[in-house]
Amino acid sequence: MIGLVGGIFAAAGAETGRLPADQLAKAVRTDSISIPTPGELFAAIEKPGKTDWSGQYRGPMPITYRNRAQIALNLGGLIADGFIAVEAKDSQQVKNIGSDIIKLAKALGVSENLLKRGNSINEFAENNEWDTLQEELEATQNEVKSSMQSHSDQDLVILVSLGGWIRGTQVVSGAIAQNYDERSAKVLRQPALVKFMQTKIDEISPELRGEPLVKDVSEELNGIEKLVSFPAGKAPTVDEVRKVKDAVSKVMEKIENKAVAR
Amino acid sequence: MKRRLLIFLSIFVLVARIPARAETDAEVEARKTALDLAGAFSNEGFKIRDGHWCGTVKRNDPTLIAVNLYAGNQYWFSAGATEPVKKIAVSVYDETGKQVTTEGYNSGEKAAAGFSPTNSGQYFVSIDLVEGETGSFCLVYSYK
Repeated sequence: MIGLVGGIFAAAGAETGRLPADQLAKAVRTDSISIPTPGELFAAIEKPGKTDWSGQYRGPMPITYRNRAQIALNLGGLIADGFIAVEAKDSQQVKNIGSDIIKLAKALGVSENLLKRGNSINEFAENNEWDTLQEELEATQNEVKSSMQSHSDQDLVILVSLGGWIRGTQVVSGAIAQNYDERSAKVLRQPALVKFMQTKIDEISPELRGEPLVKDVSEELNGIEKLVSFPAGKAPTVDEVRKVKDAVSKVMEKIENKAVAR
Repeated sequence: MKRRLLIFLSIFVLVARIPARAETDAEVEARKTALDLAGAFSNEGFKIRDGHWCGTVKRNDPTLIAVNLYAGNQYWFSAGATEPVKKIAVSVYDETGKQVTTEGYNSGEKAAAGFSPTNSGQYFVSIDLVEGETGSFCLVYSYK
C-alpha cells in the first residue's frame, strides 16, 4: 500500500485529444460492468446529506408470482430493497428481504448456492457487518444472474438489472423530491444507461419481449430515457425530479401488480 | 432421418446450455492482479464492485469499456494483465470522447486511474498496451 500511494500521480487529461464517436460506439458494453449496482447509486446520494433510508421501505410484496419475467424484474427490485436496508443499517429488514430474495429466486429454479448466500446474509446482518452485507448482496445478484445463464435463462438477466435500476431510481428520486438537493439530483442523469438497457431488452427472445409486462416496461423506458436526459452540468429541478419519480413509480406498480401474471 | 434430427437437436441443446464464455487461465490471473491492486484502495474506504471485464489488449488498439457513473462518488478503475504484456495504462474519457483528468497508478502489468465525476452519465475506460505483446487483461472498479 505504501508503494501504491507513492506511485500515484496526476495524469494530464488533454494529451490525447478526443476519441471519435465511431470509436466510442464500438466500446464494450456489458451487464456486469456497464450497469451500476443500486449500492453505487445510494452511495452517491448519501454524501450530500442524511437520507431517511427507512422511510423508503415499501410494504411486504407477494412472492408468489408465476410469470418468469415478472419474477426476474421483482427479484432485481428486492435486491435494491436489500441495499436500502443496508443503508438504513436495519438488520431485521435485511434478514426479511434476504429471505424473500431466496424464495423468489427459487421460484425461477436458480442454483442451490443461493441458499448459502441467504445464510450469509442472515449471519452478516446479525453481526451488523454492513460493508460485507453490501458485497454479499452484489454477489447474490451476480449468483442469480450466472445461475440464469447456466439454466439458459440469459434473457432474464437484463430484467433483474432493470428491476434493480427502476426500484433504486424510484427510491432516490423520491428521497430527492422530499428533500431537494441539487448535488444529489445530478445522480438522476443516466440517458446512456437507460438506452443500453432498452437495447438489451430489444435483443431478448420475441416470446419474452411480447409478454404484456415486458412490452409495457419497454415502452415506458422510452419515456424515462427522455426524462433522465438532462444536459451535462445541469442539475434537474425539483419538478424534473418529480417527473422521473412518477414515471418510474408507474413502472414499478406494473412490475408489482399481481394481476399482470399470466 | 430421425437420427439426423436427434443429432441436430442434441448439438442445439448443448450449445444453448453453454453459459457465457469461460475465462482462460490468463484472464483469471489478470483478474487476480486487478483485484490485488483494487484491494489497496479498499483500505481507503473504496468498495470493489462485484463485476469485471476481461479481454485482450493489443498494441495501438486500446480496448474501450463503457461504464455509467454517478456524480458524488469517487472511482478507481484497476486493470491487471499477464505476460507477454509488460506495461499497460488506464485512462478515462467522458461521453463526448474527451479525456478526463485522473489520478494514476502504473506499475508494469498493473495500472489504475481514479477520479470523481462532476456529471453523472456514461464514461469510457481505455486499456492501452504500452510495452510488450498482445495479451490478456482484466478490469475491475471500486467506488466510494
